[in-house]
Amino acid sequence: MTSETDPHPLPAPRPDFLLGAALLAVAGLYVRALMFTPIEARQGAAQKILYVHATSAIVGLYIAFGLMAIASILYLWLKDEKLDRVAESSAEVGLCYMTVVLGTGPLWGKTIWGAWWTWDARLTSTLFLWFIIVAYLLLRGAVEEPGRRARYAAVLGILASLLVPFIHLSVYLFRTLHPMPIVLKPSAPSMPAEMQRTFFFGLLAFILLFAALLRARYRMATLRDLAAHREQEHG
Amino acid sequence: MTSTPVLRADGLVRSFGGRRAVDGVSFTLGAGECLALFGPNGAGKTTLLRLVAGLLAPGQGSVHVNGVSLKAGAEARAQVGLVSHASMLYGALTALENVELSARLHGLPKPSEAARSALALMGVDDRADTLARTLSRGLQQRVSIARAMVHAPRLLLCDEPYTGLDVAGSAALTEVLSERREAGAALLLVTHNITEGLALATQAAIMRRGRFVRHETRELLDPGSYHSEYRELAGLP
Amino acid sequence: MKELRISKAPGTLAASWIIARKDLAIEFRTRTAFLSALVFALLGVTIFYFAWDATAVAAADLAPGVLWVIFTFAGLLGLQRSFGSELADRAIDGLLGAPISRESIYLGKALANLVFVSGILAVTIPAVVLFYNLPLGAGIGALAGIAALAAVGLVAVGTLFSAMAVNTRMAELLLPMLSLPFFVPIVMAAAQSSARLMAGRPIAEAWPWLRILVAFDIVFVTACTLAFPYTLDE
Repeated sequence: MTSETDPHPLPAPRPDFLLGAALLAVAGLYVRALMFTPIEARQGAAQKILYVHATSAIVGLYIAFGLMAIASILYLWLKDEKLDRVAESSAEVGLCYMTVVLGTGPLWGKTIWGAWWTWDARLTSTLFLWFIIVAYLLLRGAVEEPGRRARYAAVLGILASLLVPFIHLSVYLFRTLHPMPIVLKPSAPSMPAEMQRTFFFGLLAFILLFAALLRARYRMATLRDLAAHREQEHG
Repeated sequence: MTSTPVLRADGLVRSFGGRRAVDGVSFTLGAGECLALFGPNGAGKTTLLRLVAGLLAPGQGSVHVNGVSLKAGAEARAQVGLVSHASMLYGALTALENVELSARLHGLPKPSEAARSALALMGVDDRADTLARTLSRGLQQRVSIARAMVHAPRLLLCDEPYTGLDVAGSAALTEVLSERREAGAALLLVTHNITEGLALATQAAIMRRGRFVRHETRELLDPGSYHSEYRELAGLP
Repeated sequence: MKELRISKAPGTLAASWIIARKDLAIEFRTRTAFLSALVFALLGVTIFYFAWDATAVAAADLAPGVLWVIFTFAGLLGLQRSFGSELADRAIDGLLGAPISRESIYLGKALANLVFVSGILAVTIPAVVLFYNLPLGAGIGALAGIAALAAVGLVAVGTLFSAMAVNTRMAELLLPMLSLPFFVPIVMAAAQSSARLMAGRPIAEAWPWLRILVAFDIVFVTACTLAFPYTLDE
């Protein structure tokens, strides 16, 4: 290779301060939740899993999935491959969060009322969305040509976001018509102030973590695409 | 009297990934003209053809067929016929059904009759009711050509159409193409066979790395030296 | 063919019809895919019967669930072959080069798939009625209606995904993976509403589920028709 000024110099590796801050925040959440937040009367200490479970659900289902859907629509409109990378990264990081939700759900359920899985509406919806994101990532893996891959993924992303309300509706309708074990609502409103504060702190910590992971994943995708471009030009 | 050219390509650019397959191509074809396009593999000839056929959208530039931009909608493709080295046939349908389908998709009032006469012109009407997948490669090519011409297109795009044709088939093709030209159609002929290409051409161009490195009218070039000039320009040994 | 004819190109609906007829002509000439999917459906329905304790659960109660689950898998078999014939010799270039809208290609294929799936249902539903001893009554008419709605949803989504899957290395695996999450609301709504209607419950009970089916069909037929051009390499 002739030596020439590199039009795309690789950035010098720097410590990821955002990620560090996010991890500190998550650690802080654990400390706060375990040491400084009161124990819930009915469920006992196991209730504290809520601070991870519900917050991950919010980040994974609404923020990650929503970002993926918006990036998909924008990609089909603007054709900017950066948007495709955002969608890809958001889907992957979102999948991690959803996995956490699906992992903590049964743990909580088993501890509280002795059943691993109760087909709770939200948990079931999360399960289906998990499958959809897996399908999304598999589709990306199966298409080799980058332009086509981005287009296909964007189409699936948009259709998936149209599917979400139908999944919610169907599961909710199923549950209201079928008596099922009463699930203690894993959401904020009925919590005393102390717990609410921990909850929101947790939410912020996980959002911060999401942003950090998203950025790292996005950078990885950018480098990967850069390498692929170079290979195409010189290969 | 200036009439609208059958085909006008302006500044066509098309990339795949980082690579420019077509890198700024412009040319015009009037009625009765034929552009023979030569070039080594990978020069971008097929991509250019697909751009002109409306199968690919250009990254930059435009294509106008009979004055109508291809971007304007599906109607603009009505006057285009495409022959490529893939047969574009449905193996499970008969030769007649394949050509009839094309006739119907172009809105011809009597699709069966048009299909039969198209097959007859290419000398395959006796195989009209044979399944396409049981036909030999050469016969499939003839059916494919009939399929491309059944709607009497004003612009014929041919990508290596002589591939797989025997002597009789080649003769039939050349006759049909000349007849189309005389009827006022324009041809864009991509071929490796310089002799065959020059026989029909009114213009000749050599494409390399997405660009026309040479483009002139037929009268100006000397067939004798063209072969060696082509090899040089195309970067062939 | 001597003169240059200017003819009026077919509109979207007419072109869809031409393409649907073409697909059905190909399908009926070979019949392999249809018969395979049909045998699969019938076998599946009968195998399921033996997977339950017939004394504990009445066969008639099992029937809706079995029917709709088998329906999705048999439907997938049919959808798999949807775009195969187009890629074999680049026949799709003939469709793309014709003066017809891109949407008509999708609609034509979806229509052909709908006929295919309806054909399977037309045999499978009577088979379920037979093997699971379903009471013949007004419920059967309702079942046909639900089947029509479910088939439309299945075909709308499945046709689009088969257009994408056919261009990948793992088409046979990818199509189910992509489609099944989308089939979930269809199966739930179809099974729940048909269970109620066949048990003679008033239609008001099945109505919420039917609404979901209808809404699904409207949303996804529209969305998939609009999305289809993006699956083409243009």
